Amino acid sequence: MTTVAAIPRRARVGLAARSWRFVKRNALTAYALLVVGYLMLPIAVVILFSFNAPKGRFNYVWQGFTLDHWINWDSVLGIREAVITSIQVGLLATVVATALGTMIALAIVRHRFVGRSSTNLLVFLPMSTPEIVLGASLLTLFLNTSAIFQLGFWTIFIAHVMFIVSFIVVTVKARLIGFDRHLEEAAMDLGANEVTTFRKVTLPLIAPAMLAAALLGFALSIDDFVITYLNAGGTQTFPVFVWGAARVSVPPQVNVVASAIFLVAIALALGNVLWQYRSAKRTQGAT
Amino acid sequence: MGSFFHQHQRLTPYLLLLPGIAWLAIFFLIPLGFLGYQSLQSGIYPNFEFTWEVSNFTDAFTEYREQFFRSFLYAGLATIACLLLAYPLVYWIAFKAGAWRNLFLLFIVAPFFVTYLVRTLAWLNILASEGPVVGFLRDIHVLGANEGLLYTTFAVVAGITYNFFPFMALPLYVSLEQIDPRLLEAAKDLYSSSTQAFLRVTLPLSAPGIVAGTLLTFIPAAGDFINAALLGTPKQTMIGNVIQAKFLESLDYPTAASLSFVLMGAILVALLVYARIVGSERLTG
Repeated sequence: MTTVAAIPRRARVGLAARSWRFVKRNALTAYALLVVGYLMLPIAVVILFSFNAPKGRFNYVWQGFTLDHWINWDSVLGIREAVITSIQVGLLATVVATALGTMIALAIVRHRFVGRSSTNLLVFLPMSTPEIVLGASLLTLFLNTSAIFQLGFWTIFIAHVMFIVSFIVVTVKARLIGFDRHLEEAAMDLGANEVTTFRKVTLPLIAPAMLAAALLGFALSIDDFVITYLNAGGTQTFPVFVWGAARVSVPPQVNVVASAIFLVAIALALGNVLWQYRSAKRTQGAT
Repeated sequence: MGSFFHQHQRLTPYLLLLPGIAWLAIFFLIPLGFLGYQSLQSGIYPNFEFTWEVSNFTDAFTEYREQFFRSFLYAGLATIACLLLAYPLVYWIAFKAGAWRNLFLLFIVAPFFVTYLVRTLAWLNILASEGPVVGFLRDIHVLGANEGLLYTTFAVVAGITYNFFPFMALPLYVSLEQIDPRLLEAAKDLYSSSTQAFLRVTLPLSAPGIVAGTLLTFIPAAGDFINAALLGTPKQTMIGNVIQAKFLESLDYPTAASLSFVLMGAILVALLVYARIVGSERLTG
């Protein structure tokens, strides 16, 4: 009957330890959930205040619920043009940067060549330079070559492609590293040339990574203020519009646009996760 | 086309690189050269002349020493705050969240989906003197009846912390997620307490994430001017505010350019010091 004696002893020692561990484990969970709450709070405030009916000019204190700002989101002068410019720049810069970045990633992962490490460095440097320095140096280029570059839509586009490319390279590279080269070799053995192999084998396999990279690029572009503001001239993107509005008072329509961008981005992010999950499952099923 | 690639396989990587690298060279490297050129000019807008005006740099540093110091102080405080907030959360996601991991990772990046300026402006609502946070702090006498949180150093550092939080959390998560749970079991089997296991196993193994997160948070934070502009007063002005105003308001390009260079140099020095500390600690540890 040694077990009978042993059980209560273990329980006595274990009770204190276990309750202490219980407290500790819950403390960690509680802390984690508090931090999540802290992260979500401003988002909730942004969405909530898009439904606010402010009495004065300032949209700081909750006054009452209204859908007016969602229905008349473009009733504020300049906001529609700013949103359209943001989307145009974002789409154009994302397409160009994704193409350029994917090519750089392919070269770095697939090939050994002279200048590979300096290429890596050149890609890494813009990401580790403060935005204000990136924007300021580009502005001095444009100011000193004003015969060629006038500040406006195209200088914003140039700036966005420049700072997005590095992020595209990093995202696509991460995917290419875990990529089975045998599939391409098989295609070549079966008589496909490099271009056909790329179109029929490589591209479909890296497409999810390119899409993820493009989504990231678009998110970075539509969100950028510092570099854009320095190189925009008189052209307004949505963040530049918000900056101008913040000096006087921010209309609730700004919250409407920001909430809409947030909801679309969340939907796209979830969609991308699902797509990657499904294509991962499909390739698993194939092998 | 195909046969061209076959015959010139050595050229392929360079052809792939050409457009992207050319873009980065023309719109990133060459502008840095122009920035250097502008920083050594003198004169008044729009008549600047290149005169090797090295005094721009010494003036930039002596005149704006306070703003430089403040930028690094705020960025440092925000980086520490990010680490203290992010580490437990990310630890919990990596080891305890189970199937909910991806959802919580989405929570971490979700703030990025709200326009930077708008999510910073949201803190105006949250910290407003009429708001519930200040009301509560006044009720429990942490704040006096006329004290507020907005337009203070606290508000600016809190804003920076919030805005750069994912830059700390994501690399931390990557390093924690790679830790093999069996190592922790082994530590337990060898009679370590959970505190010892954390200090001897988890923390050292997550060091690369801490280093990467610190760099990714500190560098953009030191150059930030949005939080100081929206949540602070001139007493909280950072160097980014000065550079921005010199470029766009007082049109003093040479000073603005030299300030940008000093900022870049100062960040580089800070990185080297940091690398030294981290490196030497690794050597002794």
